[in-house]
Amino acid sequence: MDVPLPYYLCLSAVLFVVGAAGVLMRRNAIVVFMCIELMLNSVNLTLIAFSSFLGSITGQALVFFAMAVAAAEAAVGLAIVIAIYRNKQTVNIEEINILKW
Amino acid sequence: MESLFFFFLAAFAVTTAVLMVLQRSPLVSAVYLIANFFALAALYLLLRAQLLAVLQIVVYTGAIMVLVVFVIMLLNLGDESRSRVRIALRTWITVVFAAGFLAEVVYALLAGGTSVRAPSVSVAESLGTVESMGGALFGTYLLPFEVTSLLLIVAILGAVVLAKKKG
Repeated sequence: MDVPLPYYLCLSAVLFVVGAAGVLMRRNAIVVFMCIELMLNSVNLTLIAFSSFLGSITGQALVFFAMAVAAAEAAVGLAIVIAIYRNKQTVNIEEINILKW
Repeated sequence: MESLFFFFLAAFAVTTAVLMVLQRSPLVSAVYLIANFFALAALYLLLRAQLLAVLQIVVYTGAIMVLVVFVIMLLNLGDESRSRVRIALRTWITVVFAAGFLAEVVYALLAGGTSVRAPSVSVAESLGTVESMGGALFGTYLLPFEVTSLLLIVAILGAVVLAKKKG
């Protein structure tokens, strides 16, 4: 493996920052949700890189559980989006502010 | 050869991620995210995590993103409206803070460096196989593995209850 570890970490930092910027910039709840998935994946990349370079299986087991949690989160999150859309006819997070302040 | 693959995949992943954030249509965003997941799966293969590379495609692209695309089409969402002045200001603040954070992290990683040396390929290769992952999941991590099944059941029930019509 001739690509050093910091390169993987830098790539994962870039992906995380892009995802975080997307969460702050976008107003469509589903796109915000997809940006969160991107952030989760960048952390998964970090875990797998460390796991491979340290020769330990723990990181990869953690990624496995992170994937299971992401699947559960996707199902519940999208169900919430559908429920909100049914009540308010919008998924714009600027207009869904009933819990704000 | 391997670093060539890495730089190609890294550039592809970053490009698709940026395009996903900048797209106005949610459906096109979803397609870019799927492309990004494929690049990440290839990167996992470069790191010799074979099982997780397959799971990345099956679980993320095959299950989660299909669900997302399904919901986008079900709700028939249009493009986001053009941003107003207040939101444009917020966007700039976001970009500045994101760039600052990124510069900090990259500087810390490249200046400080890590003392971790690359392991021999044979060690890394035996690590990510189905066999060793199965051994870890059904041995050391048996309890978390079983709790995961509970979590998935709760998520299924929660999704059904939330998305069900009232009455």
